[in-house]
Amino acid sequence: MQDILWEEVIPGGHHWSGILRRGNTLTLTDLEGDANASALFYNKDEKLERYNMPDTLKAQHTAFLTTGNVCYSDMGRIFCSITADTVGWHDTICGVSDAALIEKKYGKANFQSHRNQMYRNGKDGLLIELGKWGLGKRDLVPTVNFFSKVVANDDGVLTYQPGNSQQGDTVDLRFEMDTLVVLSTSPHPLDPKKQYQPATIKLTASRTGDVGTVDVCRNHCPQNQRGFINTDRYYAS
Amino acid sequence: MLTTSQLIPEHAVIDEVCPAGEPWMGLVKKGQIFRILDLEGNQAVDTLFYNADDPEERYSAADTIQRQANLYLTTGSILFSSEGNPMATIVADTCGRHDTLGGACAAESNTVRYALDKKPMHSCRDNFMHALAHCDCAHHLNMTKRDITANINFFMNVPVTSNGGLSFADGISAPGKYVEIRAAMNLAVLISNCPQLNNPCNAYNPTPVRLLVWD
Repeated sequence: MQDILWEEVIPGGHHWSGILRRGNTLTLTDLEGDANASALFYNKDEKLERYNMPDTLKAQHTAFLTTGNVCYSDMGRIFCSITADTVGWHDTICGVSDAALIEKKYGKANFQSHRNQMYRNGKDGLLIELGKWGLGKRDLVPTVNFFSKVVANDDGVLTYQPGNSQQGDTVDLRFEMDTLVVLSTSPHPLDPKKQYQPATIKLTASRTGDVGTVDVCRNHCPQNQRGFINTDRYYAS
Repeated sequence: MLTTSQLIPEHAVIDEVCPAGEPWMGLVKKGQIFRILDLEGNQAVDTLFYNADDPEERYSAADTIQRQANLYLTTGSILFSSEGNPMATIVADTCGRHDTLGGACAAESNTVRYALDKKPMHSCRDNFMHALAHCDCAHHLNMTKRDITANINFFMNVPVTSNGGLSFADGISAPGKYVEIRAAMNLAVLISNCPQLNNPCNAYNPTPVRLLVWD
């Protein structure tokens, strides 16, 4: 990580969007512990192409994401690869909170009474960022919820796992496409904490450098090898 | 939970067969009951629901899972919209479990999942896009690929283990099994009767399904 391009801190509950280019890596750092960073990915040049949760899970036969996994678009290509991860489990099943859920769980805290400590929710944060790029409700699909863990029992009943991410934990996303990244650090919808105290995260963008031939993500499974071929063909010149 | 229905086909206002591998689109009004019947067994029926009066509001797999803290759909499950509103409730189910994680097959995802040369095979997304372009009831809704989101796979079995494994397992449906929903708003229903031949979701043999609506 010598070649840092920029860093930015996102307070808990806030929202962010920006472009990460093919050949750059974004490191997300949980600065407080128990963070949640709900993320969506879009092709910068053709925003109809977007993160696809079902394709990501079924291609890799997993119900969660960690090192070796990649985030697929709906066009059989790879937005980004998880090349390093000190957390071990990132949820992509549960979606985000909305205004009604946040008020029900934590009460009401608007700007007039709380200024910038107001309670923000995941859905509205993502919609605000999507709107800045000409996108909207039709583009809001299931997210990756970095740092959060939810497990299912045999009957499919879901339980949120507190303590999944500790202060200082990181996950590295190596971008394989020029990608619009949209984020919200609002609480995970199944987080049972009674106080609205979403954790702050840090974004660090750096140049990826040489990938080498032995790549943990490309060689994770034959499906990912084909996903990389599709992605390389898209950028062939 | 397994539950049966007392409704009889003679009283249905819509009673159609969707052939193997084809799309279907129709309107189900608020309060009507919609049945999908697996005629020959183990047939995945990829289904999306839209608010027929405002299709920007649509079925949300993540909201449906999150708000009930459960991965699977069966009797009593509420199908939630992207606005957090109930769109429909499953009121009868003789299969017992339906998937909403597995999404729909597409030419492009088939290249990843199976082989690069599988791209020409027919797929659910092709069906969805064909229906949006041609069905009379879709014409005024102005829907496109942008509106195709994570769907329900009725009769499909995608078990998730406690350590996060996910597989496409052999189906638990059988000839004559059905699922019924009661619409809580006017619904535009978009179906692809899945043509996938590369995994067991259709027992490697796609077959027709019967679609019925009662007032």
